[in-house]
Amino acid sequence: MGQMPATKGPVISKKIDRFFIGLASAFLFVKRFFQEVWKPPYEFKEIARQCYEIGYRSLPLISLTGFIVGVVFTNQSRPSLSEFGATSWLPALISIAIIRAMGPLVTALIAAGKVGSSIGAEIGSMKVTEQIDAMEVSAINPFKYLVVTRTLAATFMIPVLVMYTDFVALMGAFLNVNANEMVSLSTFFVQVFEAVSFLDIFSSILKSLVFGFTIGIVGCYKGYNSSKGTEGVGKAANAAVVMAMFLIFIEELLALQIVNAIRAL
Amino acid sequence: MEKVVEIRDLFKSFGDNHVLRGVDLDLYKGENLVVLGKSGTGKSVLIKIMVGLLPIDSGDITIFGQSIKGLKLGALNKLRLRIGFAFQHSALYDSMTVRENMEFPLTRNVKGLTRKEIDYRIDRLLNSVGLPQTANQMPSELSGGQKKRIGVARTLVLEPEIMLYDEPTAGLDPITCMEINHLINQVREEFNTSSIVITHDLTCAKVTGDRMAVLLDGQFGAVGTFDEVFHAEADPRIKSFYDYNFIQ
Ligand SMILES: Nc1ncnc2c1ncn2[C@@H]1O[C@H](COP(=O)(O)OP(=O)(O)O)[C@@H](O)[C@H]1O
Ligand SMILES: [Mg+2]
Repeated sequence: MGQMPATKGPVISKKIDRFFIGLASAFLFVKRFFQEVWKPPYEFKEIARQCYEIGYRSLPLISLTGFIVGVVFTNQSRPSLSEFGATSWLPALISIAIIRAMGPLVTALIAAGKVGSSIGAEIGSMKVTEQIDAMEVSAINPFKYLVVTRTLAATFMIPVLVMYTDFVALMGAFLNVNANEMVSLSTFFVQVFEAVSFLDIFSSILKSLVFGFTIGIVGCYKGYNSSKGTEGVGKAANAAVVMAMFLIFIEELLALQIVNAIRAL
Repeated sequence: MEKVVEIRDLFKSFGDNHVLRGVDLDLYKGENLVVLGKSGTGKSVLIKIMVGLLPIDSGDITIFGQSIKGLKLGALNKLRLRIGFAFQHSALYDSMTVRENMEFPLTRNVKGLTRKEIDYRIDRLLNSVGLPQTANQMPSELSGGQKKRIGVARTLVLEPEIMLYDEPTAGLDPITCMEINHLINQVREEFNTSSIVITHDLTCAKVTGDRMAVLLDGQFGAVGTFDEVFHAEADPRIKSFYDYNFIQ
């Protein structure tokens, strides 16, 4: 057994310390959100502006991705189903896959990239250039004005965007099914809605709310705690995306477990 | 003379970095007090503590007779409205126009103003700082000197009694420096403010300051008029300050 280098212990314990300090500060940040969200002023104008920004920023990429996901997924699923002569199940299969999993996940990941990074960079640069301090010294609550508004806007907007992605992806799927199996639009959508249950839609919306909250609060947290200098702003934006995506995958797994448990009841 | 700020035995550290080590300072009503010091001596930290952006380690600061130690946010905010803080890099809100920058603190702190009253106040201040034409511009369209002026105008919108200027002339050309120096004096005349001007520019100190205080190693090494501070037998660290500025 080799002797441990003398510095190893403190280095590891410092890293562990830093991890728990980070965890605690993130927890306090989230806690502060839930304390301040109820207090006036409610900043409706700023929330509306942020909603618009979030929607506007992600719409082009989400439209494109949603459509392609619909087309490709339909195309790739056809051979397996046709082996059993079951291509008539395509609309049902696609609808379940898109509404339960792909719509929310694709939308959230794209929004984490577009929206999370821009929130992280914007708040980070306001922090670095002392704009946040400037609000504080003029008795304005910057947490309320910046963090609460952006987090709420992301929480409201991601479910809306998810519904939009679901629709676009289903249209992509329809075009593919229509071209190959000659299914009409009305038949297609009847099959789509027959396949999904109330639980599917409800859990999809709930999950999207959680994804939206995650994207907003993580972007704000990373920006708010960004270090000095322009380098700090870039790091904040990057860290916001990585952290949000990581959490979204974890939440997706948790949601899957919960919904499966409910379904088994 | 009436004291508006009293700083007593103030200590502030960041980890092992002991920045302020027993600072004592008074600001009298109506005076311009210049705080001089090398980069990194804690000048900004000192005024940030005064407005509650950083907490006090030990010692105390009394502003308008009220200790700021352990002040609740509500009371602190009331005090903050009586103090204007002009940031080193202006800290203008870059998503807002100049007019919106000034409207933001005003409408959030003074309720029940009509549109006309708001515009009147803003236009008057923009005229005061000589930039009425910039009202609808974005901060990114302004020059460094213009940003500083708007930064000052924005803090004046709440009619503060104390002004804190953090390196108002840093990074500006000599002519613009002089304009800012005159603006600082003009603000005192027009708005009856007492000010702390932080700088390491001796011309700025000489033009704007009634008294100087030199921050050396976490304490004020000398306090007095320009001639009292910079005399032949002064501390070598203070003299080197003087030599360096005027050789340049
Ligand atoms: N928020 C902070 N956290 C840690 N250290 C800080 C903080 N603010 C300032 N410092 C440190 O305090 C010292 C004084 O900084 P500052 O007051 O900005 O100097 P200056 O006199 O140039 O304005 C510097 O060493 C700086 O690194
Ligand atoms: Mg400074």
